[in-house]
Amino acid sequence: MRAYIPAYDLRVPGSLSEALALIGREPGVWQPFAGGTDLMVLLEAGKLPHKKFLSLTKLADFRGIECTADAVLLGALTTYTEIQAHPILQAEFPLLCTAARETGSIATQNRGTLGGNVVNASPAADSPPALLVYDADVELVSERGLRWLPYHGFHTGYKKMQIAPNELLRAIRLPRRAQQWKQYYRKVGTRKAQAISKVCFAGAARMENGTVRDIRVALGSVAPIVLRAVKTEAAIRGNRITPDNIAAAKGVLAREIAPIDDIRSTARYRLRVAQNLLQEFLMLLSR
Amino acid sequence: MEEKYFGHSVERKEGRGKVTGRAQYVDDLAFPDMIHGVTVRSSIARGRILGIRYGEGIPWNEFAIVTAKDIPGTNEISLILHDQPCLASEFINHPEEPVVLLAHPDKYLLEEARRAVHIDIEPLPAVFTIEDSLAKRTIIWGEDNVLKAYHVDKGDVDGAWATADVIVEGEYRTGAQEQLYIENQGMIAVANPADGVTVWGSLQCPYYVHKALVPIFGLPAEKIRVIQAETGGGFGGKEEYPSMIAAHAALLAWKSGKRVKIVYDRAEDMVATTKRHPSRTRHRTGVTRDGKLVAMDIDLVIDGGAYATLSAVVLSRATIHSAGPYVCPNVRIRSQAVATNAPPHGAFRGFGAPQSIFAVERHLDQVARAVNLAPEELRRRNFLHRDQTTATGQIIHEDVNFDGLLDRAFKESDYHAKRERFAKENPGATVKRGIGFSTFMHGAGFTGSGEVYLASVVELEATAEGCVRVLAASTEIGQGANTIFSQIAADALGISYDRIEVAQPDTGAVPNSGPTVASRTSMVVGNLVEKAALDLKKTLVESGLLCDACTEDEFVRACKRYIETRGPLRTRSQYEPPPGLHWDDTTYSGDAYGTYAWAVYVAEVAVDTLTYEARVTDFIAVQEIGKVIHPVLAAGQIEGGVAQAIGMALYENVAWREGRMANGQMTNYIMPTAADIPPIRVFFEEQPYPFGPHGAKGIGELPMDGPAPSILNAIENATGVCLREIPATPEVLMEAMAGKAGALV
Amino acid sequence: MSETVAKINIACIVNGARQRVQAYPMARLLDILREEMHLTGTKEGCGEGECGACAVLLNGAIVNSCLVPAIEADGSEIRTIEGVASGDQLSAVQSAFLECGGAQCGICTPGMVIAAMALLARHPHPGDAEIREGLAGNLCRCTGYQKIFASVVRACKTSGEKLAGTR
Repeated sequence: MRAYIPAYDLRVPGSLSEALALIGREPGVWQPFAGGTDLMVLLEAGKLPHKKFLSLTKLADFRGIECTADAVLLGALTTYTEIQAHPILQAEFPLLCTAARETGSIATQNRGTLGGNVVNASPAADSPPALLVYDADVELVSERGLRWLPYHGFHTGYKKMQIAPNELLRAIRLPRRAQQWKQYYRKVGTRKAQAISKVCFAGAARMENGTVRDIRVALGSVAPIVLRAVKTEAAIRGNRITPDNIAAAKGVLAREIAPIDDIRSTARYRLRVAQNLLQEFLMLLSR
Repeated sequence: MEEKYFGHSVERKEGRGKVTGRAQYVDDLAFPDMIHGVTVRSSIARGRILGIRYGEGIPWNEFAIVTAKDIPGTNEISLILHDQPCLASEFINHPEEPVVLLAHPDKYLLEEARRAVHIDIEPLPAVFTIEDSLAKRTIIWGEDNVLKAYHVDKGDVDGAWATADVIVEGEYRTGAQEQLYIENQGMIAVANPADGVTVWGSLQCPYYVHKALVPIFGLPAEKIRVIQAETGGGFGGKEEYPSMIAAHAALLAWKSGKRVKIVYDRAEDMVATTKRHPSRTRHRTGVTRDGKLVAMDIDLVIDGGAYATLSAVVLSRATIHSAGPYVCPNVRIRSQAVATNAPPHGAFRGFGAPQSIFAVERHLDQVARAVNLAPEELRRRNFLHRDQTTATGQIIHEDVNFDGLLDRAFKESDYHAKRERFAKENPGATVKRGIGFSTFMHGAGFTGSGEVYLASVVELEATAEGCVRVLAASTEIGQGANTIFSQIAADALGISYDRIEVAQPDTGAVPNSGPTVASRTSMVVGNLVEKAALDLKKTLVESGLLCDACTEDEFVRACKRYIETRGPLRTRSQYEPPPGLHWDDTTYSGDAYGTYAWAVYVAEVAVDTLTYEARVTDFIAVQEIGKVIHPVLAAGQIEGGVAQAIGMALYENVAWREGRMANGQMTNYIMPTAADIPPIRVFFEEQPYPFGPHGAKGIGELPMDGPAPSILNAIENATGVCLREIPATPEVLMEAMAGKAGALV
Repeated sequence: MSETVAKINIACIVNGARQRVQAYPMARLLDILREEMHLTGTKEGCGEGECGACAVLLNGAIVNSCLVPAIEADGSEIRTIEGVASGDQLSAVQSAFLECGGAQCGICTPGMVIAAMALLARHPHPGDAEIREGLAGNLCRCTGYQKIFASVVRACKTSGEKLAGTR
């Protein structure tokens, strides 16, 4: 343990109003702690400069999965284990279930939360590409009330996002319209389990008579944020899947992402694999 | 002798403690007066220490602080040479080199203090690669950066080229590999001038630590005591490094007057301790059109890191194994261990052999292609047999049936049918399948005259209750030493397994049976256990207290009577080399090992051409290791070694940044999980070795040797891509496949 | 030196016994178990949730205790390796590990036994893929996993294991 533990505070408010009052009073001082599967790793390494945290664990409003006719609402504290076990998510949002299943180990899936994954804002996170493909919205709550934002655009730069210091992410909403879409998810992470992704690809498309009517493509680990590849989508939308169109889309994707070399992989690998996964996804659409 | 236990899978001696969590590893031991220690290390690879600053805000007066000037004896970690300091005092030669030690009762405060120590270093030019070290533009060790060199010469290589129809050249590389035992290194020490030094710790070789502590404290040998705690894996990583951490804990204990525990966290263990030596091997091989090897010219270099440590002996094993189990009349091997400014590379299961066997087994597939032979056919035409000689001129006096091993491995793996099927199915497939193999040997025991120099000793002691205790410095590190010694002793004495106890290795109480390394524990030390046990029984028989064919009750009564009437019942055995072994260190020729294990491994792979990930989908390991002492433990050794070697072949990449491991976390240094390891099917051919206990030979390192070349041979079969380096990560494979298919888009 | 916070009271039930300790809120559950409660069967392999040596059951679910802050263990029920056998009577999983060679050096074994229990609670008769997935969070450097898989299969066959309280 490299951190000086006596310097770290972790409060566990028993109610939402208590939590909001605390961050309202001292905005930016208290950062949310929602499972801790990333924060505790940084703490161990002595790389957690922030010292005061607010555990959301007792906030009942942040838990549970609710389904209505046109949307599924996931509390920010929904764990990866709960996501995988949910029958409607399994049926309609398989990419999210796959992402949850491929995140960390079962022990991590029991602790790690979807909200924590979003606000941790890692560009290598596994579930955000699925959320982007499903047109998720996020619900932010503060003492002033609630607001909804589209998840696409929520992350504005490396570890930067549209959330005020006095706000908490309470829930994630997925519109139930994905059933008729062909869906694809693939995480590439060197080993089969317990891997941090080197490239993560989620795609969904609605086909009509061999033509791509609508499409979503999102990738992790290829840019400072988890990226929705809107230019690549535009290059494909309205077209048929032909070798020329696939090649063109791969070219657009290459210009849209910005992978880097790091200790886990190389920019060249990430680029090439991202293109290959796009190709695999598009080939799936043509079948 | 009846084999009631030998050959049977009895319950592991210390197994209950392990499955219930009661086994006590070093970090589980706590004492009331114990405080904690940490190491402050250099931040850069090479330089001159200008000064040490202790930052503001830390109550330094509460700390025990040790630097080189606090060492009562000599500032060195004594191993083969004397070049490595215990604490750097003037020069820094690698990143993470220990400079200052701190101890305090509060672990949290200790970390705060560690961060507050600043070591000012004036940088000096450093060397980070084998090529830079060989270039000798910057000399960082000795006169020429060469830690050790060997020459092996058999026949006349230069004269033989003319007789070759084809000459095949190739260069092969292997990377560093972290041992990654799951229990990090740790030691507890008490030390003061009156009582001397006692350390408890996670270690493989108690007498190595003992040897290192003597000069550091300048104390007589009997004032130093080293005790092994339960040890959570070693794989070589706890062969030489524990001397360092033991010395550090003991120095802090000496200074503070308290018992001091140092346990590394994973990050420190990964960046600061030893790894497998990276290597570069160049082969130039002459072969006739019909596939007979006529000349092998091998140039082998390993990266030893900043100090000599064990590099000379690692290089020795690498050198001797580099020509493989083949008969070639003309062999020249030039090998060197060179210095770089990385933390010293060290012992890791296989000890140089996996590196050089990777090279020769990859290379022979290239040679086979060059003469249009199937890879197995080329090997069949050159396999070593009884009465033939190895590269060092050792005449093999045992039956070696490589053809039989190969047949068995091909049958179990369905090799030929798969080869055919994959050739048919691969074109057009996104996931390409392949199958490949390697044929290899591994010398058991210390190299050359090593065992003679060691002159290992084992003692056995009977109690008045009729139990027999094995006294040996050989350590249980997961491989099953306690169990195997007990099986051997029980059978030799004709008593039940439960009556045998294996004493905790403690240099104050057990004789030096040598280090727990080199696949020697079962074969060499097990043999000593058997001899001492037979001698103990003979003593009872000759005393008239026991007849030869006794019952257990009679044995118990005889022990009681003996001890009551004549005093302690203790026997001792010492190593004697098998007759006729001869080794010449000056010409590096002769009987390199008493015997070898022989093996054929087959790997099946699936290569995804979209992600460039190669996965091993099936693995067959066929080997001849003499008689199998404990089938479950033996298979466990093979399976575990194969899994480590799969890691070495495909996953485990050390990301070096100026001599420092940049990915020193389990998250970023990728070892295989349960989801990544294929079924590993293990088969033993048993041919008794006359000089091992009941015919057993060594086993521990063997499985590390064969998998990497088998896997890369399989990848070549799958993709047509000839990879010559490991780890063959997806990034490496992509570049190679892109090279084959044209530039990246 | 950094500013410090006060220790807090943590109350929980560990292996059926009530425990009360004082700890810093962000202290790791792992350290509390090992250092305050002297339950050293739970091991630290990496401190970053990667190796699973510190796995325990927290309110019936497997977690890595190195990633659980003390304050979140307050009010919980915890089962560690020390609570798996009944006296000298090993559980089915422990016996199977002993018989099949599932433990070599033993350092991953406590976490591996906990993971196997959690797996068998979810899938009483797991297939190969389920076993691999269920144990993928627990790294073993000795066995190559084969004998651990065999241990799990053996444990299902001999299962008198009480799985209540796990999920």
